[in-house]
Amino acid sequence: MNMTPLLLSLKIAGIATLIVFVTGVFLARIITRSRFPGKRLLESVLMLPLVLPPTVVGFGLLYLFGNNGIIGKWLSGWFGIQIVFSWTGAVLAAIVVAFPLMYQSAAASFQRYDRNIENAALTMGASKWRVFWTISFPLAWPGLLAGLVLTFARALGEFGATLMVAGYIPNKTETIPLAIYFSAESGNQEAALFWVISILIIGLGAILWLNWWSERNILRFTSNK
Amino acid sequence: MLSVNIQKKLKSFMIDVHLKVDDKIAVLLGPSGAGKTTILNCIAGISHPDGGQITLNGRKLYQDKKKNVPTAKRRTGYLFQDYALFPHMTVEKNIRYGGKNDQLLHRLINMIGIEHLLDSYPHQISGGEKQRVALIRALMTKPEALLLDEPFSSLDHDTKLACQHELVQLQESWNIPIILVTHDEKEAEKLGDQLLRIDNGKLVM
Repeated sequence: MNMTPLLLSLKIAGIATLIVFVTGVFLARIITRSRFPGKRLLESVLMLPLVLPPTVVGFGLLYLFGNNGIIGKWLSGWFGIQIVFSWTGAVLAAIVVAFPLMYQSAAASFQRYDRNIENAALTMGASKWRVFWTISFPLAWPGLLAGLVLTFARALGEFGATLMVAGYIPNKTETIPLAIYFSAESGNQEAALFWVISILIIGLGAILWLNWWSERNILRFTSNK
Repeated sequence: MLSVNIQKKLKSFMIDVHLKVDDKIAVLLGPSGAGKTTILNCIAGISHPDGGQITLNGRKLYQDKKKNVPTAKRRTGYLFQDYALFPHMTVEKNIRYGGKNDQLLHRLINMIGIEHLLDSYPHQISGGEKQRVALIRALMTKPEALLLDEPFSSLDHDTKLACQHELVQLQESWNIPIILVTHDEKEAEKLGDQLLRIDNGKLVM
């Protein structure tokens, strides 16, 4: 069995998760703590990929990043980078589709604890940066971790937008969901089944671990042991 | 000395207060929703007034729209109503967050008697103990003024008396302006060197 789809999927989902985690936490933190006109609209736009069919996201990304797209033309003209029909296109698709999950988890996590805990740290002379790393981030961490796992799972399972942006190029953009689809299409049931079981194991493992971890973490701050 | 002269528009009324507090305990007394906590928040820099000025020991903390010293640089100790202890840190880490001075730490711990709690987490200690920890934590930064928002409201009778006694002792040795917010008339009369009644955002006689 050629294991490239597994390695490609892990690479693409891993990079996408990292980018989504950093930008999602950063944006959620800034947006939830500020008031400005158009805030609701901005948040709705950020959440949009969650309710749109992935093909719409794929179409939009092609429109922007395709070789004749506004950003795509600029990227290839100045840097010689081609996003479409490459694994970076799959990363881009995974980022956009998974972003709302991370954003939503992070925004909720930063609102879950008493704001005065941060204010108390500020009155003690701590800089905003120190307050973020020593207070906000650890207190939001259980929710951020849940968002991280959901983001990774969503990125790993991304199919529609990936197919439109990255295409199906064996050994180059063939992630596990694409391998399942094209194996089944071509009548190779054995390969399709192998990848179905693989992704089931990864997904179940991630959720089991998350549940175990959050239970343990909640006990730490609430039980008297 | 702390001098506060601020205006701030709230939803249903306007806060407009002028007050001066020397190195003693001033009690801000008034019903819930009278604007007491907002005044403390403005002094600490957590909320911003619409106009006026705040001066602490000659240092301008806020002046109209020209000057607004950030909370971290105001040197105002703040005891929040629910204490706002850091739930993920032990009592000792809470206390040391704002100041590393061991000498001061031991002096405060001896004075208020919480050495047996240092390794506990906030959810493992009682309300009175939380209040003491929060007070020590605020003092570790050597604040130039201390703001207390209903510090005794969630304590039982005996603990309340003990904590009130500690506060008076503390003021005698510390000598900084303390503003204590309460809606309890008896508490106000017992603790306040200066009594400031407030209603609908304004001081009343």
